[in-house]
Amino acid sequence: MKKVYINSAVTISAQDTFDSDGFLNEIKGLSGKTVAARYPNYKNYIAPANLRRMAEGVKMGVTAASKALIDSEITQPDAIITGTGMGCIDDTEKFLNAIISNDEQFLTPTAFIQSTHNTVGAQIALGLKCKAYNNTYSQAALSFEWALMDAQLLLQQEEAENVLVGGYEELGKEIISYRRMMEDADGLGIQVPYSEGTSFFVVSSEKIENSVELIDMEVYSSISAESIQDSLKQFLAKNDVDLSEIDVFISGRNGDVFDSYYDLTAERFENITQLHYKHLSGEFYTASPFGLWAAYEILYRQEIPEAMIFKGEIKSDNHIILLYNQFKGRDHSFILLKR
Amino acid sequence: MGVAITGMGIISAIGHSVEENKTSLLASKTGIGDLRHIQTNHSQAIKVGEVSLSNAELTRQLQLPEVHNYTRTGLLGLLAATAALENANIPDCSTYRTGFISSTTVGGMDMTEKHIKQFDKDITAQKYIETHHAGDSTRKIADALRIHGLVTTISTACSSAANATMLGARLIKAGKLDRVVVGGTDSLSKFTINGFKTLMIQSDSLCAPFDAHRNGLNLGEAAAYLVLESDAVVQKEKKEVLAYLSGYGNANDAFHQTASSENGEGAFLAMQKALKTAKLNPNQIDYIIAHGTATPNKDLSESRALDRIFDKQIPDFSSTKSFAGHTVAAAEVVEAVFSILALQEQYIFPNLNFKTPMPETGLKPITSVVKKEIQHVLSNSFGFGGNCSTLIFSRA
Amino acid sequence: MADLRQELKEKIIEQLNLEEFTVADIADDDALFGDGLGLDSIDALELIVMMDKDYGIQLTDPKEGKEIFKSIAVLADYITDNRAK
Repeated sequence: MKKVYINSAVTISAQDTFDSDGFLNEIKGLSGKTVAARYPNYKNYIAPANLRRMAEGVKMGVTAASKALIDSEITQPDAIITGTGMGCIDDTEKFLNAIISNDEQFLTPTAFIQSTHNTVGAQIALGLKCKAYNNTYSQAALSFEWALMDAQLLLQQEEAENVLVGGYEELGKEIISYRRMMEDADGLGIQVPYSEGTSFFVVSSEKIENSVELIDMEVYSSISAESIQDSLKQFLAKNDVDLSEIDVFISGRNGDVFDSYYDLTAERFENITQLHYKHLSGEFYTASPFGLWAAYEILYRQEIPEAMIFKGEIKSDNHIILLYNQFKGRDHSFILLKR
Repeated sequence: MGVAITGMGIISAIGHSVEENKTSLLASKTGIGDLRHIQTNHSQAIKVGEVSLSNAELTRQLQLPEVHNYTRTGLLGLLAATAALENANIPDCSTYRTGFISSTTVGGMDMTEKHIKQFDKDITAQKYIETHHAGDSTRKIADALRIHGLVTTISTACSSAANATMLGARLIKAGKLDRVVVGGTDSLSKFTINGFKTLMIQSDSLCAPFDAHRNGLNLGEAAAYLVLESDAVVQKEKKEVLAYLSGYGNANDAFHQTASSENGEGAFLAMQKALKTAKLNPNQIDYIIAHGTATPNKDLSESRALDRIFDKQIPDFSSTKSFAGHTVAAAEVVEAVFSILALQEQYIFPNLNFKTPMPETGLKPITSVVKKEIQHVLSNSFGFGGNCSTLIFSRA
Repeated sequence: MADLRQELKEKIIEQLNLEEFTVADIADDDALFGDGLGLDSIDALELIVMMDKDYGIQLTDPKEGKEIFKSIAVLADYITDNRAK
């Protein structure tokens, strides 16, 4: 079975992660209920004629995808696979509100057309004139992970050599405020702001200078705290990786009670470097690829940003990273990387 | 040979079960009519393929508690998925590595659009805040079926269920799953009705796919699921195989956000890939269930693609969207069930309401129920965003 | 008539989000679709809604738009002849 490599990683987020040459050097502390992403200058990547119809999420997605391709020196991917939890929520809310406030009259098509979940994947394909395999997943906090697993499957089965994979999310205006309202009702909910962003990767069966190996990944829709520990054990054994070989553990902590899953997992390691990222990225269904981007950068640069440190000492040499994310006790994912 | 299909379940405008759908198809009985369950100013101007059961009736049939937060999308999906597992004789999903791959475009919008303006104050409305996203109905159904591991939702507009079916087959072939329930669900919603209205592609009468005077589609709602199982499980459990999923292909038209290219390139490539995975020549296809939505642009584009793939020798074909309407995300799995029925019964189904061939191609679909020896059925689904997918089913 | 043409140019720029264009960039006889301004079938649908909402003209067949939306001049003439608002 072919090995799988991540050959480029790009993220647009609430931090200065897209245009910066550094790696999370200057951090913006996130506070409040919601935080928007830092939007780059799209005109460098998207023609004005196309830009005019795009909502923020689509602009971010197409831009990050373009950069990921440039960085990996691929012009035409063999597949384009995206994941999003809420889809194009900006245009969805726009069209829905137009229906409600105009009593279904004088509605225009653009918002409706741009509201479908596959809009980002479609616009990327359109821009590249890429007629290859194209798919979009929407499974809450596993949306990106499924896109990545689909890519892994294509590569392992030798049905593709280079796959463009990404996750994107828009804040939106209305539904997010209600989700926040419900979350904050008892004070024990998510302690980081909701945010938005996009992360794109070129995943390949070809190893290059920049490659980080995606050893394996696994997802579970629902699983108990005990079973997840057993599953982790089996996952590592299956991939011939011992707990002691893992240098860094990156978890999707967001301050709510379900962080206990991460605590239980961390206890299995002795002296491991524990990192977290959602205080930097905010929480959203496709925030986990921000963690993946960070893990890629850590392995490539051999540098760990201070802002990511949760616990434990920093080693100078880091080769194997385990990422774990879940959301409200569901949608668990493990990703194992190596360089 | 392909991946074995051992069960199927469906609820659509032409029936609440596989049997009822079959009866309607063989009787050329359409389910398209007036809209009843949704309040909209457009109800007089459109015809739809609506499931006749109300949400309350679905709740009762599913024996759910009276107070729940299933959306209509979820209710339809649970009914069809449960039926599929029953049909496959699977009482317990924990005996083998089982996955669930659903698809939807509407997701929880049928409830969001009703309640969003009450989300701030009304506690009974607030339970629908978390149900808007596409993964909600999938998760609820997976939990009800007790499938816990590989569970996901695909959302690529009208080709969604085709992609869900394809993914299921790939996971079984790669040895990552022993069995998988695949399909999709979409309910009608004011959002979708208005959306398609702005595109001016909805007909005010019964749709006539491939007809020279076609004037648009009829939206529909439905849910359908197939159970796919590995050869090892089929042998061990001595399962009856309904049909095989022998080929599949996914390509992108990369032409325009909504319109299809003139020569149907995306459709052509999807069909080409499907034939390749099935190791079949075009002349081995006995029947095509086309995408055929009855829109001016897409029917022409698909016709051109069919001409190209089949070198102008197109086998018997029809669009069944004049029966159940265009069920958007569920379309391809509804048509998968119809394909399997065609193979089981050895009948091909009519393209209702067709009278005059398109001047550009002269193509004539089948217009009556015809007994025919069928080994292989090809089915197409082409969506917004250029997403084109094709599935091929073969006789067991 | 010149006022209507000016008005139409402003509306088109706003409705279709043509940020890169000013009214001065659109000549009365410039082709709106295809090689001219580069508008497409989705823009045609947007303009059909604008015709209904702002001028009370209802087009039931999107294909009619092809002739009517040829240029600002052609569009202005059509609206002048058919407007209900």
